[in-house]
Amino acid sequence: MSMALAFSDTAVVTKRNLIKIKRVPEILIWTTMSPIMFVLLFAYVFGGSIEIPNYREYLIAGVFAQTVIFGSTFTGAGLADDMTKGIIDRFRSLPMSRTAVLAGRTASDIVYNSISILVMSLAGLVVGWRIHTGPIEAIGGFLLLLLFAYAVSWIMAFFGMKVSSLEVFQNASFMFIMPVTFVANTFVTPQALPGPLQTFAEWNPLSAVAQAVREAFGNLPERVATPDVWSLQNPVWYSLIWVGIILAIFIPLSVRQYKKAATR
Amino acid sequence: MTDMIRTSGLVKHYGKVVALDGLDLSVPKGTVLGLLGPNGAGKTTAVRILTTLLDADEGSAEVAGLDVQAEPHKVRERIGLSGQTAAVDEHLTGFENLDMVGRLYHLGRQRSRARARELLDRFDLEEAANRPAKTYSGGMRRRLDLAAALVAEPEVLFLDEPTTGLDPRSRAQMWETIQELARGGSTVLLTTQYMEEADRLADDIVVIDHGRKIAEGNPDKLKAQIGGERVEIVVETQDEIPAAHSLLVDFCGGEEEIQVDRQTRRLTAAVTGGVAVLKIVLQRLGEREIKAVDIGLRRPTLDDVFLSLTGHAAEEVAEGDGQAEGTESERGDVREKEAVG
Repeated sequence: MSMALAFSDTAVVTKRNLIKIKRVPEILIWTTMSPIMFVLLFAYVFGGSIEIPNYREYLIAGVFAQTVIFGSTFTGAGLADDMTKGIIDRFRSLPMSRTAVLAGRTASDIVYNSISILVMSLAGLVVGWRIHTGPIEAIGGFLLLLLFAYAVSWIMAFFGMKVSSLEVFQNASFMFIMPVTFVANTFVTPQALPGPLQTFAEWNPLSAVAQAVREAFGNLPERVATPDVWSLQNPVWYSLIWVGIILAIFIPLSVRQYKKAATR
Repeated sequence: MTDMIRTSGLVKHYGKVVALDGLDLSVPKGTVLGLLGPNGAGKTTAVRILTTLLDADEGSAEVAGLDVQAEPHKVRERIGLSGQTAAVDEHLTGFENLDMVGRLYHLGRQRSRARARELLDRFDLEEAANRPAKTYSGGMRRRLDLAAALVAEPEVLFLDEPTTGLDPRSRAQMWETIQELARGGSTVLLTTQYMEEADRLADDIVVIDHGRKIAEGNPDKLKAQIGGERVEIVVETQDEIPAAHSLLVDFCGGEEEIQVDRQTRRLTAAVTGGVAVLKIVLQRLGEREIKAVDIGLRRPTLDDVFLSLTGHAAEEVAEGDGQAEGTESERGDVREKEAVG
């Protein structure tokens, strides 16, 4: 299998997944509604009792981080669905690249996440969020979000094939996503959390992503000190290390799972 | 003639469950093999191994002269698979589904499109070509799925229960399509639970049960072996069953060839001689004043095949309940089987 063929197979599968977004725009609409709701909820309901200056600015990066993690579950959900419908069997019986289905799935998540980031940015602008840095930093922030979500897509790919039922996947991924996205600096500062949760939040890679994005957008309030832990003092590096680790583990695991995937 | 599909001693376990227990198959080029058996007999497992989706635990399998385990990629270039569930993407249109499959067979953009149009036309889907497949009926989805299997004009075609779940009209259409393919010289392995389907479509039939071959031959030979048509009588009262039973004994090979269901008062006997026999049976029923509520002649079903080959009805093996029940028989000694159950 030449690289060129693997690449064109991936493009074909990506196109297939993107057609779904086009045909069922409701999915995109409803899943971008929920982050917008989070923005409104935290900005206007909880925001008053959270003692972070310029909370709305602080909040947006957290919602961004949470949303792209939700977005990355599309890979897993799509694969679980394809497994039950026999579509994975069809792909596996074709003389196509063994990585194309997975690479195509995760690639379409990037497109999907880009669209939802765009929508959220507009919502953020409405509630008063602004970027205070230059375009290069801002683009860097967006890219880090997409990169981290891309890595998480591969985790989801593995589990989506492992559970092989859409319902099980949705419930299981929820149990993973909730602690990861809430026990973090996404909506509150880690200092506000009790002992063990504080440590978890400080070393949670998603906290680093949110921290890095806040720095990139200039959204860190001056009076809130960044916790003195390496992960949050060097958020970009810490995030990138996690991206590397996740990809190094879950790309081979997922490809192996795909090769032996059997719906029976 | 060269064999396009050949397996020998194929064994596959799922944990403790034996799905295939030493299966030997050979399908000469240009012929249709019907793999007949109940649910859980191992039909799908055999197809999955031959289409490179699953590795066998033991034994060897060749498709188009290529070892499926050693050269799966080359095998995939030469086969088409239409599985039990119509594996079409319901958000894509019929055209997009076929075009995608063509691209993944690396036919190139032009040929993929041309081939998609050609197949939609041939399978009577041209009007639905630009509608998402989720708007298709069950029969249309199956046809689209079969079309997808044919995109690259494969040398060997695998059809796993192509008509299961279809209404009679769609089934008849599907049969015609498969017959056309067979006439066109394709090599086909087809699995089915229906004797009638195997009879109609296959050049050769292999009956499997618990992962083993229990009979094989062309449809006529097999039918002769299992004893042609069945006469079925439903008598009015249970008291009349013995009389009807003794009447039927004269027309079949012996008492063991008559099945009696006391609950429904139904007697079934394998006979040779067709309508002529039915006429005589009717006449005798009249002479002996046995009141029949229903009487008829029907073709053997899969259940009949299994009853006469193994002495037990075609049972559905539940997952995790795969004990092979002493079906050692090859076709010669099938009659000596002990009755199970």
